[in-house]
Amino acid sequence: MAALLDYQHVEISFNGTPVVHDVSFQLHPGEILGLVGESGSGKSTLIKAAMGLLGSSGMVTRGDIWFEGKNLPDLPEKEMRKVCGEKIGMIFQDCGASISPIRTIGEQIVESMAAHRKVDVAAAKATAMELFDKLHFKDGERVWNSYPFELSGGMNQRAGIAIAMLMNPTVLMADEPTSALDVAVQRQVVEEMLNVREVFGTAIIIVTHDIGVVSAMADSILVLQDGSVMEYGPAKDVLENPQNDYTKKLLSAVPRLRRG
Amino acid sequence: MEPILRVTELSKSFSRAGKNEFLAVDHASFEVMPGEILGIVGESGSGKSTLAKLITRQIDATTGTIEVDGQDITKLTGRALIPVYAKIQMVFQTPAGSFDQRRTLGDGICESLRNKGVSKAEREAKARGLLEQCGLPGEFLERYPHQVSGGQCQRAAIARALMCDPRILIFDEATSALDVTVQKQIIELLQKLQKEKALAYLFICHNLALVQQFCDKVIVLYDGKIVEHGLPDEVILHPRSDYAKRLVDAIF
Repeated sequence: MAALLDYQHVEISFNGTPVVHDVSFQLHPGEILGLVGESGSGKSTLIKAAMGLLGSSGMVTRGDIWFEGKNLPDLPEKEMRKVCGEKIGMIFQDCGASISPIRTIGEQIVESMAAHRKVDVAAAKATAMELFDKLHFKDGERVWNSYPFELSGGMNQRAGIAIAMLMNPTVLMADEPTSALDVAVQRQVVEEMLNVREVFGTAIIIVTHDIGVVSAMADSILVLQDGSVMEYGPAKDVLENPQNDYTKKLLSAVPRLRRG
Repeated sequence: MEPILRVTELSKSFSRAGKNEFLAVDHASFEVMPGEILGIVGESGSGKSTLAKLITRQIDATTGTIEVDGQDITKLTGRALIPVYAKIQMVFQTPAGSFDQRRTLGDGICESLRNKGVSKAEREAKARGLLEQCGLPGEFLERYPHQVSGGQCQRAAIARALMCDPRILIFDEATSALDVTVQKQIIELLQKLQKEKALAYLFICHNLALVQQFCDKVIVLYDGKIVEHGLPDEVILHPRSDYAKRLVDAIF
């Protein structure tokens, strides 16, 4: 099966200093890839590179990121706009903070849809409600009419997933989507993402430092340290039989619950 | 043996304009024995941090009492609290935020002894020794908070808490902001210090697995109430309350 997204020997530099070195991986349709590593390992930088979110001081200095026959770092901004949001969706650590605090979720959904195609409010709402329904939101109407601060952290995060899924992207990038949440809520959000894959067949890259979340979701895992790949392979192999010393150290540091 | 910390029927309510009073901590009672590690778990908003603030007298209790080493400190204020803070110290979640950004770590660590009038040479020697016990070279006294990593800064914060030879340390999510490998190092450091100095810890944490590894006893807070209190394995393997059951089930 052809890869959806293909990172080939990617090097990313900030102000001329390389921080991510020679990273290669592929994402296939419907696959969930976990990028794990500690603070500063370059995991968020890798997905930001595909979305063109490196800012003015960062750039991809070597290698290619192929998506649908196009090399993303080479795309002009106008073409990039067609890819971001529409074909590659993104959710952030704190979705409540990544959307406008002074507008309702509904207004922002209309706005984000209007950025990609002509829509009227009624059509946008109908699409959104159908999606909310698929994601098993209890009271879609309330979410539509709420401001971000009126929703809980977990509900904001789920609304963020819904907004990212509106355009039905083939790839969803999730940057620490569960890190700010309590464990019980974390579980809900993980289930939401698994549900998205089930219903839409979306491929997901999840960036996280939480080994528990990765083990519950990912098909394959890439472990990063200081911008270099330590280990990359099927999730089961990496988690149960790590070959790399750093991966072993990382896994042994995770406190695990003994259940008897 | 007398408990080093005894909390009896402690409550804290916050008044809200136009609404009913909000009970953040609801009649909590527990004891910590010298050398004991008590874990407190619960989700955001369950009252964990409010409890820590009450015990360290950063906020006033509405009802109930707090005793440290047999002394009732519930109503103490100002200078009367100085000898209490020689026994009870706290370590916070964001290490860099708990130091003054414009002063060196050494200034922060030595402040408590400077206020007591201990000479500069003496307090710096002690700080250097404690930093080394906490796994940092003595030169870190000269560093500023922004010049050290999160894990190093937390080690310095632990050294600061140990300056006045306390009997009990309160950790409010002290390892939650750290990477897992750094968290493991800090936990190992705390275990070593606890053995050497026979310290008692009140360890507030939302990570049940960590509490199971590290604590002698655990309290589960929900809506400000203690819903479980016992040995970690008892609570985790045989939770009695619905909430604790859900908490255990939610863990991956």
